[in-house]
Amino acid sequence: MSEHDVLNPKVMPHDPERATLEGKNKFLGFWFFLGGETVLFASLFGTYLALRNSTNGGMASNELFGLELVFIMTMFLLTSSLTSVYAMYHMKNNDFKKMQLWLGITVALGFAFLACELYEFYHYIHEYEFTFRSSAFGSAFYTLVGFHGGHVVFGLMWILALMFRNAKRGLNLYNAPKFYVASLYWHFIDVVWVFIFTVVYLMGVL
Amino acid sequence: MSNSIAQNRSFGAAMWDYLTTVDHKKIGIMYLVAGGFFFLLGGLEAMAIRWQLIKPENDFVSAGFYNELITMHGTTMIFLAAMPLIFALMNAVVPLQIGARDVAFPFLNSLGFWLFLFGGILLNCSWFLGGAPDAGWTAYAPLSTISPGEGVDFYVLGLQISGAGTLIGGINFLVTIVNMRAPGMTYMRMPLFTWTAFITSTLILFAFPALTVGLFLMMFDRLFGSGFFDASMGGNSVIWEHLFWIFGHPEVYILILPAFGVFSDVFSTFSKKRLFGYTAMVFATVLIGFLGFMVWAHHMFTVGLGPAANSIFAVATMAIAVPTGIKIFNWLFTLWGGNIKINSAMLWALGFIPSFTLGGMTGVMLAAASADYQYHDSYFVVAHFHYVIVGGVVFGIFSGLHYWWPKMFGRILDETLGKITFWTFFVGFHLTFFIQHFLGLMGMPRRYWVYLEDQGLDFGNLISTIGAFFMAIGAIVFLYNVVITSIKGEKAGADPWDGRTLEWSIPSPPPHYNFTQTPLVRGLDPLWIEKSEGRKGMTPAEPLSDIHMPNGSILPFVMSLGLFIAGFGFIYQKYDLAWLSLVFIGMGILLGSMLIRSLKDDLGYHIHKEDLEKEARK
Amino acid sequence: MADKGTEVHEELDYHKYKKKEEMKRQVITFALMIVFTIIAFGMVVSGLDKLFIIPIILVLAAVQVGFQLYYFMHMSHKGHEMPALMLYGGVFIAFLTVLTMLVLIWW
Repeated sequence: MSEHDVLNPKVMPHDPERATLEGKNKFLGFWFFLGGETVLFASLFGTYLALRNSTNGGMASNELFGLELVFIMTMFLLTSSLTSVYAMYHMKNNDFKKMQLWLGITVALGFAFLACELYEFYHYIHEYEFTFRSSAFGSAFYTLVGFHGGHVVFGLMWILALMFRNAKRGLNLYNAPKFYVASLYWHFIDVVWVFIFTVVYLMGVL
Repeated sequence: MSNSIAQNRSFGAAMWDYLTTVDHKKIGIMYLVAGGFFFLLGGLEAMAIRWQLIKPENDFVSAGFYNELITMHGTTMIFLAAMPLIFALMNAVVPLQIGARDVAFPFLNSLGFWLFLFGGILLNCSWFLGGAPDAGWTAYAPLSTISPGEGVDFYVLGLQISGAGTLIGGINFLVTIVNMRAPGMTYMRMPLFTWTAFITSTLILFAFPALTVGLFLMMFDRLFGSGFFDASMGGNSVIWEHLFWIFGHPEVYILILPAFGVFSDVFSTFSKKRLFGYTAMVFATVLIGFLGFMVWAHHMFTVGLGPAANSIFAVATMAIAVPTGIKIFNWLFTLWGGNIKINSAMLWALGFIPSFTLGGMTGVMLAAASADYQYHDSYFVVAHFHYVIVGGVVFGIFSGLHYWWPKMFGRILDETLGKITFWTFFVGFHLTFFIQHFLGLMGMPRRYWVYLEDQGLDFGNLISTIGAFFMAIGAIVFLYNVVITSIKGEKAGADPWDGRTLEWSIPSPPPHYNFTQTPLVRGLDPLWIEKSEGRKGMTPAEPLSDIHMPNGSILPFVMSLGLFIAGFGFIYQKYDLAWLSLVFIGMGILLGSMLIRSLKDDLGYHIHKEDLEKEARK
Repeated sequence: MADKGTEVHEELDYHKYKKKEEMKRQVITFALMIVFTIIAFGMVVSGLDKLFIIPIILVLAAVQVGFQLYYFMHMSHKGHEMPALMLYGGVFIAFLTVLTMLVLIWW
């Protein structure tokens, strides 16, 4: 059997993302990476919590944050998490077209989230002159939220690259793990956001 | 592909082979060469430090240059020498010990190496570009944030890049050990070295992200005007200390645990006995790894965290003596009644036990928070951590190199030279550092470039410097040994030590696919079991069939080069934003390579059954 | 061969059915997450006491993350023992780190 036949079986296995050794390795390695990412974000959260009141006489969090935009952003990201679940559901049913469709929706929601975030930063900088260099609080805020935003950007590029690369040839056992792992990454971005909206914004306006 | 091995190749082709290789054995050799180079560099810095301190008020180097020397000595030895040398052993041995043909992520393995190397080179470029970092290897803020010039910027960027490589390497080994074990190789049948590599990789996974964040914050403070550690902007420099030590303390265990693994394998092989208390050894390793995360604040007793915090961290620190003690006793019991053969590998292991025990004992002394107020930042601390890092990690690396050299290179290191190395280095080590305990207790602070005459420090420092020269001679003899061995060393068979574990069941050096047929493991010390039942080698777990191997790639090298270029851009953009172009070029190279990697299918290739049979007949 | 064909087919149908069932649960999970989010935002807007709100919204966040991990990221499925171990390892270090930054930075 050639490599091609092995990777394109007539009947897709139950868990296509873990059907090959490479797939199993990717799956496990990426989960471990998320364990490390947990510590990375915890360090950023910790730094933010330590410095959240260090406003250096500038704007404080409860004067700065508005909840409307944050709520909308949360809805975008939360929904995109569900749509990527749908994408993986169709992957497991070997329905490539529907998977691409749902991934497309995920990406669109991701871009909407990103646009809101950029608007928010722009707003703070121009309306309130609250920047990365205003105070330790400013540095910590932009770093934490910015790291998350950077993850969103990377996730979008990643999913788009996968979608374009595989648009013509469809699903096989070589790219199924890649799609799956990218979706894990996307969920993790949402996990981090849940804590950001709770700890940074909700606790920030209290 | 497979018949290319036999061909004679030019130097260029060999070079290209190493630049593109994803073979864990070759990557191990590259880690060894690069780590060895940085070890010599760090050693040279150490010699300069000791020469400066040979007599009171010496003026061999200036105060500023002395600061650069101590900073680079520590940073180089920890990040660029000890870590890669540990990785060299892990790459060379772990896949063989678990009966795997390769690691889980050969491409990432190569990327990890090149990131480490380019990070290390970037850091050392600072010597030629206006001065090395000078804020100590711990780079405490605000000393580091206000340090003029670009030295600390090189520290931040260099460590960030090489740290990313280490994290990648750690994840690779975790998945390799979880997923790639041969049939029958259960967790509780893994050799201790594999176990310690596993726990070390876990620690890397959880510890390095804290350093990543710390370095990012420092970079933002120094290069982009943020205020994390700047009190005038409301920042807090203790945050750096916490982040650094949340990483930094596990880092110590990252280094020492694989050394423990080496000693366990060496003791059991050369005592011709199964490791005493295998289960307890595994348990102790896990426990050390776990406790290693809960003690970082013992580096910060004098910061003023308060008596409650200090007490908690003091007790947790002392608790680590328990699993470490378990290990020491198990090694002694492994020796007890064994058929002991003392050679170079064994000498290093035997020398380790008293040396490390001394270091552990001063560790418990330092753990007593109230007493630590006296010891803090004195030569007592310097003596302590050299006893654990040199007496533990460096001894372990030497022991491991003597033990696995035949497997890595197919030749046995010269025994006489090996013994000369051990004795000069061992005596030199104790001469250098034992006296430093007392220098510290007499009040000599660390990191000072001079001391005054007639304060009782003169003689001790002289002895210490003399000891350092003995260590240097030992290192040089070892280098000579390596050269001589590679020219006319004794050729090693597959199993020169009458070994117990899987790596000794295959030729030395192994073929690039390691195992022609995956072995079937039937217990702890699998090769020993087969030998004691009268068989010559392992029973295969599969029929002879095609072997799937990964393709080589130049991309890891290119990606690391991209980050290296971007590093310069990040540093110099603080003077002129035009330097940002380098950031864009470097990051462009990185992201472009990542895109190529993700767009181009890499399915690997097969070594055919017929070729394997041909090779077997040769 | 034909026998095996139908067997595979039946198995496929079974898996398809199971996946569909799971997908239904996913949607319910999603609805709950939305509800939790609205409760959290609503409580903050309501202007209740700080000490009352903060623990509750933190618990809501933790539960949401649990949903993400166990349902959306399938951690409840077989073969996730090592991922769970490493993730919880990370969470443990994360907890220590955040706690430290809250109480041990010496103002």
